[in-house]
Amino acid sequence: MVVDDFIVGGKTLSSRLFIGTGKFPDRRLIPDVIAESGSQVVTVALRRVNPESAEDNILSYVPDNVVLMPNTSGARNAEEAVRIARLARSAGCGNWIKIEITPDSTYLLPDNHETLLATQQLVKEGFVVLPYVMPDLVVARQLEDAGAAAVMPLGAPIGSNKGLKSRDFIAMLVEELSVPVVVDAGIGRPSEACEAMEMGCAAVLVNTAIASSENPVKMAKAFSEAVRAGRRAYLAGLGPVRDKAEASSPLTGFISSLE
Amino acid sequence: MNLIVNGESVETKAKTVSELLAERGVTNRVAVEVDGHVVPYDEFSGYTLREGSHVEIIAFVGGGCG
Repeated sequence: MVVDDFIVGGKTLSSRLFIGTGKFPDRRLIPDVIAESGSQVVTVALRRVNPESAEDNILSYVPDNVVLMPNTSGARNAEEAVRIARLARSAGCGNWIKIEITPDSTYLLPDNHETLLATQQLVKEGFVVLPYVMPDLVVARQLEDAGAAAVMPLGAPIGSNKGLKSRDFIAMLVEELSVPVVVDAGIGRPSEACEAMEMGCAAVLVNTAIASSENPVKMAKAFSEAVRAGRRAYLAGLGPVRDKAEASSPLTGFISSLE
Repeated sequence: MNLIVNGESVETKAKTVSELLAERGVTNRVAVEVDGHVVPYDEFSGYTLREGSHVEIIAFVGGGCG
């Protein structure tokens, strides 16, 4: 296959699978999950240190050669997201930030308006900003104009494993945007990741589907293969869809017509 | 002196951010905010704490999306 890297925030990536580190039954699986996935971008969250217990350090499970993409999960508005982003960068782990502003606690749906405000501010401060959004083309264009490094629409609610419920709207973003479109939530099966890639998405982010699998390491490999297959199919160009049959064998010289 | 660390009142002998982290056994890479001011990682040892300051110690934890 020809080299098919893509660039996010000035970083050249060959893997189109981003990985999340939440909800694993055992964190010790994470290095093997990352290795099997081939992922070069790994997301983590930020929380207050528990004063009672010295907590396990998630960073010790993430290899140094991947891009760390802290997220602003828990933020309910732009101000909180900006604060979390600044804190994350101050720890000296790079300047990537995934904006995640979810005031709705039932479906964890992103607030696109606040996300735009946070993106505008953080781009000015030199962050590589990857906003998690509802797939709304109007807002996505504004995010692109604001300097977002990618746009990350949801396929379905976070952690739901329901797949590409917003498929048609994601397709609009792929069609219209110049920045990479990365499906960020809801993907539950490798086939759905494959489909997102067939549609022309630049990458997908998967966490729950892998972490909640019976064998996360094996599932990471399955996603890696699915993403590669989907990307290859996109590059090859899918054949047209028709309503009626169109023979793929010649319609002349049938054996029964031989005299 | 007394500080408010992650929302709780704490009596400490620490004079700087580094000393406070050491006293509390925090060896992970963390982010620290003092009275709303984000303290860069490489300034922890030189950043002096004051009586009554509100300190937030934030760590990276497992998380994602999808």
